[in-house]
Amino acid sequence: MDVTYLLILLFVGAIATYFSGDKLAPKVALFFGLSTFGLSIYLLDLFNSGQNISFLSGWIAQPNISFALTADGLSMAMVLLTTALTPIIIFSGFGNDFNNAKSIYALLLFMSLAMIGTFLASDGLLYYIFWELSLIPIYFIALIWGNGDADERKKAVVKFFIYTFAGSLFMLVAFVYLYQKAGSLLIADLYALQLSSNEQIWLFLAFFLAYAIKIPIIPFHTWQANVYQKAPAIGTMLLSGIMLKMGLYSIIRWQLPIAPYVAKHFAFILIGLGIAGVIYGSIVAIRQKDLKKLLAYSSLAHVGLIAAGTYTLTLNGLHGAVLQMIAHGFVVVGLFFIAEIIYRRYQTRAIAEMGGIRFQTPKFTSMFLILVLASVALPSTFNFVGEFMVLYGLSQVHILLAVLGGTTIILGAYYMLKMFQNVMLGETNSKVFKDVTVNEAVVLVAIIAVLFFFGLYPKPINDLITPSLEVVLNIIKTKN
Amino acid sequence: MDTNLALVLVLAPFLGFLINVFFGKSLGKSLSGIIGTLAVIVSFAVTLYFFLQINTTETPISISLFNWIQMDQFHVDFGFLLDQLSLLWLLFVTGIGALIHLYSISYMHDDDKMHQFFAYLNLFIFFMITLVIGSNLLVMFIGWEGVGLCSYLLIGFWYNNQDYNDAAKKAFIMNRIGDLGLLIGIFILGNLFSTVDYTTLKTAIIGANDLDIYWISIAALCLFIGACGKSAQIPLYTWLPDAMAGPTPVSALIHAATMVTAGIFMITRLNFLFDLTPQIQNIIAVIGAVTALLAATIGLVQNDIKKVLAYSTVSQLGLMFLALGLGAYEVAVFHVITHAFFKACLFLGSGSVIHALHGEQDMRKMGGLKKAMPITFITMLLSSLAISGIFPLSGFWSKDEILLVAFEKNTVLWIIASLASIMTAFYMFRLMFLTFFNNFRGTESQRNHLHESPTLITFPLIILAILATIGGLISLPGSSWLNHYLTPLFAKAEHEAHHLGTTEYTLMGIAMLGALIGIAFAYAKYIKQNQVPNEDNAITGFSKVLYNKYYVDEVYEALFVNPINALSKFFRDYIETTLSSLVFGFGKITNEIGFQGKKVHNGSIGFYLFAFVIGFCLIISYLFLAQ
Repeated sequence: MDVTYLLILLFVGAIATYFSGDKLAPKVALFFGLSTFGLSIYLLDLFNSGQNISFLSGWIAQPNISFALTADGLSMAMVLLTTALTPIIIFSGFGNDFNNAKSIYALLLFMSLAMIGTFLASDGLLYYIFWELSLIPIYFIALIWGNGDADERKKAVVKFFIYTFAGSLFMLVAFVYLYQKAGSLLIADLYALQLSSNEQIWLFLAFFLAYAIKIPIIPFHTWQANVYQKAPAIGTMLLSGIMLKMGLYSIIRWQLPIAPYVAKHFAFILIGLGIAGVIYGSIVAIRQKDLKKLLAYSSLAHVGLIAAGTYTLTLNGLHGAVLQMIAHGFVVVGLFFIAEIIYRRYQTRAIAEMGGIRFQTPKFTSMFLILVLASVALPSTFNFVGEFMVLYGLSQVHILLAVLGGTTIILGAYYMLKMFQNVMLGETNSKVFKDVTVNEAVVLVAIIAVLFFFGLYPKPINDLITPSLEVVLNIIKTKN
Repeated sequence: MDTNLALVLVLAPFLGFLINVFFGKSLGKSLSGIIGTLAVIVSFAVTLYFFLQINTTETPISISLFNWIQMDQFHVDFGFLLDQLSLLWLLFVTGIGALIHLYSISYMHDDDKMHQFFAYLNLFIFFMITLVIGSNLLVMFIGWEGVGLCSYLLIGFWYNNQDYNDAAKKAFIMNRIGDLGLLIGIFILGNLFSTVDYTTLKTAIIGANDLDIYWISIAALCLFIGACGKSAQIPLYTWLPDAMAGPTPVSALIHAATMVTAGIFMITRLNFLFDLTPQIQNIIAVIGAVTALLAATIGLVQNDIKKVLAYSTVSQLGLMFLALGLGAYEVAVFHVITHAFFKACLFLGSGSVIHALHGEQDMRKMGGLKKAMPITFITMLLSSLAISGIFPLSGFWSKDEILLVAFEKNTVLWIIASLASIMTAFYMFRLMFLTFFNNFRGTESQRNHLHESPTLITFPLIILAILATIGGLISLPGSSWLNHYLTPLFAKAEHEAHHLGTTEYTLMGIAMLGALIGIAFAYAKYIKQNQVPNEDNAITGFSKVLYNKYYVDEVYEALFVNPINALSKFFRDYIETTLSSLVFGFGKITNEIGFQGKKVHNGSIGFYLFAFVIGFCLIISYLFLAQ
């Protein structure tokens, strides 16, 4: 048994969903989503017991490209994030009545496949193919099932597609160059390359464009808020919960070990960009009028901190960054689902039209508040562990970086509590707000359970990812 | 055995919280209150057990439950440390906590959300215990932020009122400013010593030969910033008076007796660290003294009964920080304990008054309540005498020790602290006189319904008043049980027990005299002349500045809140759109190039031939030139 079965299962799932018809499609998709999660747990068990679950086979002879999927602790963690969130996202859609449901759920599974491929691929070209492949389903999901004015939406989504695609082309150029040097695109061969500092700078920048747009790091973020706002809830969840982690993951997997020169010598600039995102994103979030846009900017702030953590090149920083990717994935999916639950009842995303909901909905309020608190990294939530380690990593580089990055705990509390107050509190709203349905509660409770469990006991994930991060750091250390 | 008992101690209130969250509504009000109270009593009983044990064995119990966070250089355990300090703190946290829970059964009985109230209160006790019992700074931080959360929830308990919600939000955010300081302090300690565990940290610091005092000082300063947030010291104190928006038992429990002392707990816990940094200690002493004085002056003119007590709390906390800054940790702890007794009693008493007046908090509309509410009156009177420092009540002993230490170290600080004490006596008796003496100034219907509160309310008052009266016994000068009990905690040898010489007696006399003068002033003004404070719009001159709290809130608003909001709007409306159009600009340029390029493909054979010839010539000439 190896990791290709995950891809096969999702592929079969996507096709089965498409042919099962609109009525059955959600259930079929959920079945395959859960099966994939189960399979990934089984694979994790095999992996932990020391079995080889990677897959390697020749693919294209000339040029020399392999179909190589490698599972190490880091990629397994990201795969598990994807397979855990996929059924949650699918189930969150059960309250929606999508037109052409079979297509959206099939696309969702297909998207999941592409993202898992990205996390596992260990051949440059294969990785690039999965990376770009993941754009296609989300493009259609956002374009067809999105909301708001159709022209506006098209403008935002097409911009997103071209922008990220254009950024990624530079990465392709980087791979072409690397192939010339190494004669293969297998990641091990690329890791072994000793490149001059000049070469590294160009390669780093090429990767950086692709990742900075995807993550996004300011000032490459302008596609984000609009697309998050216009995409349907499940699209936003896919984007913010998993897809942006592709960029962060790739920094650790590809950019840093292949071309560490820039990160080693210009750490302050890179970390500074990340932290600038933290502060800028937080400040912009304060005055957002649209709930989804506010959450988008909060996401910008959080991923800025994660990116800063990766560029510290400390074990704590990298470790915290990975934990925070996972924690953020769950919390942001939960929060966008909250926005969707409100939309289902009030048909609005404008914060000004909300307020006074708390009295009517004790359950919803509690779960919303817990997610807000997790998002501001209250200790005992998973997000705290990640944020603490990232900030600690920053403090190892320079204490002032930790102070600047740490402003997130003040500003984050400010915009999140302000939002919570305006959305939930105040004089009881005259419009009826029905408390969460069982289906909705299941999604939120699942997310909350994960956040608390790993907040108190992150050890399983620590043990999983630490060895691979140490490998990466060692490679970085040996290069110029 | 110890581990299990410690878990009971911590988890009993958490269980109470869960029961009230999930079944509170169906349990009914009384039962939900009883379960909440019992949960805290269980914790109190276990604390008592451990306390008696450590009194004889004197060996701290340290418990490690599991490995929580794995850093590169060190591990952070999820563990507990039951030593002299934590058990002492737990004793009054759970003891006073239980009394206030009991009180709340009656006080909150008319509220529809009573089960929610008890849930939050239990959650608070759970986090407070975690804060105190944690064996390292990070477990403490769980409790630290957790109590902040409960404070947020309880200040905004009546969430229909957006002013209350604003107060709750303000409390949380101001605390978070402090929390960033605390975190940075933890980072520095982690980087220096590769541990955040109290015991190993202490060993590392005491055993080290060459300590980096510069960074230790910065760490100490950062930790102190954290303490300023939680314990409401300058410049982070303005949230505490606003926090009075919460129900009165909350003010008594969280914003007087327990949570706000967390900063003092933390600094006492890390005394071995602060002892190394005299400059930071000086800063702490000065900030404490100035806070004590500043808050006392504001307290002189407040008319809301709870606001007076709130500023009084800030002021008293300032005195405790003064003691900490002077290195007299056990004195600060002593004052924490006596203050917990009398201030909890005063808040609960004010709650009893507010209850009797159906929510009225303005002292200008009270008066003459002593006949109708004798128990409330007497218990509050005893507590007021205690806080004013009248012999032989508890506050006399603890405050006297602070003044004594201040006098020995620095006369200016002593003068500031003494002034604050005189003002304390004045505003407390202003409060007492306006509330309980002269004629009733409320409405007719209130007058007809004046009544003493029920037993559930008066019982905690009586217990607390007794403690406020005799609490001084734990640390009498010359033979202090407390100092002896806390000795193992301190790096330095036990402070010399004060010999009661002429200086000491003189100072005691001066302090007593000051308190009496303060009371006399209040008496002259509010009993003799029978004055009632002016209506808000008739307050003028310096009183107005005091009444408006030196306009500090307004200054903060102008300096921080408004600029950030303006910046947010600017970013949203200008920067975001500019960046976005830049990206579209790239798209437009590409389009334009394509559009211009299209003109070349115009279909005219003549043009193609012309271009071909030109191109050919260019290539040929290039080849020639290249040779």
